[in-house]
Amino acid sequence: MAGLMSRFTTLFKVKANTMLDKAEDPGQTLDYSYQQQLEMLQKVKRGVADVVTAKKRLQLQTAKLEESVVKLDGQARQALAGNREDLARTALERKALIQGQLQGLDTQITALEQQQQNLIDQERRLSAKVESFRTQKEVVKAQYSAAEAQVRIGEATTGLGEEMSDVGLALQRAQDKTEQMQARAAAVNELVDTGAIDDLTAAPGSDLDAQIAALTAGSQVDAEMAKLRAEVGSGTPAAELGQGDAEPAKSEEESK
Amino acid sequence: MTVVRILGSGQFRLDDSDVGHLNELDNAVAAAVAAGDGAAFSRSFGALVAYVRDQGTTVPDGELVTSDHVLPAADTTLEEAREAFSGEGAIPG
Repeated sequence: MAGLMSRFTTLFKVKANTMLDKAEDPGQTLDYSYQQQLEMLQKVKRGVADVVTAKKRLQLQTAKLEESVVKLDGQARQALAGNREDLARTALERKALIQGQLQGLDTQITALEQQQQNLIDQERRLSAKVESFRTQKEVVKAQYSAAEAQVRIGEATTGLGEEMSDVGLALQRAQDKTEQMQARAAAVNELVDTGAIDDLTAAPGSDLDAQIAALTAGSQVDAEMAKLRAEVGSGTPAAELGQGDAEPAKSEEESK
Repeated sequence: MTVVRILGSGQFRLDDSDVGHLNELDNAVAAAVAAGDGAAFSRSFGALVAYVRDQGTTVPDGELVTSDHVLPAADTTLEEAREAFSGEGAIPG
């Protein structure tokens, strides 16, 4: 079995040559090559910017998921306080599922940050090499005929072709990775939004948010009712108000 | 001098006398890929990349030179390396 390096070198050179063949029109001048290199450099810059934007979006999605973990934790507490262990369990199950997904995403975002830094370094290298090509091109053009100049600058051209392929591959890897991560984050967000995770639990056809809300509203009403009863029962508020005709009337209305 | 490119990390110049050891390290990587051994791959590929970085001197940004050898990116997975051997995927396009 051949080594990984020799195998990979062959594959990569095929790719780099294809790229050069595309760029090398027989009648084309070095100036034209240089123009194409500048265009490629612009594409790379846009590509790097896109990866940066995509990473930021992923971080926002992750932050949203982190918020829902906090929310679900609160809901689990409320449910348990209201003696609804089934709802508390559902909330905790959802929380665990989201936490599992979050862990993976965090690691991947860190990896993407590293890739992004590498891409910025690569963009800088490519930029320096394109500039170097421009200088060499001017030097040989001043000394040789166009055809001779093409030959003299051959090494520079293949060297640059390699660099462009390298950056192109790195960009593609980063883009593929970003897309996979976005799909995953979106899938988890969708589960959270639709409440589809309810299907996994023992509470059939129920929406967790709605039930917790009802439970919370119920316990709030109970608590206020108890407070009002205490106030009305003791008669203190009425006494304090002196001629408090309106207050007791309102309390009676709410008690109905 | 031998020029080795690590995708995503630039080019490095090594003494020709380093190439023998480079090939030994590379064979270990190939064996790990053939065995489908993820741990052995991480170890051997990591050693290969580290050797090029440590023994080599970085080719300056503005220099235009063709590589003698090309290595996949330092964070390549066993799965991606396997694709290079099967002749598809690792180099798209």
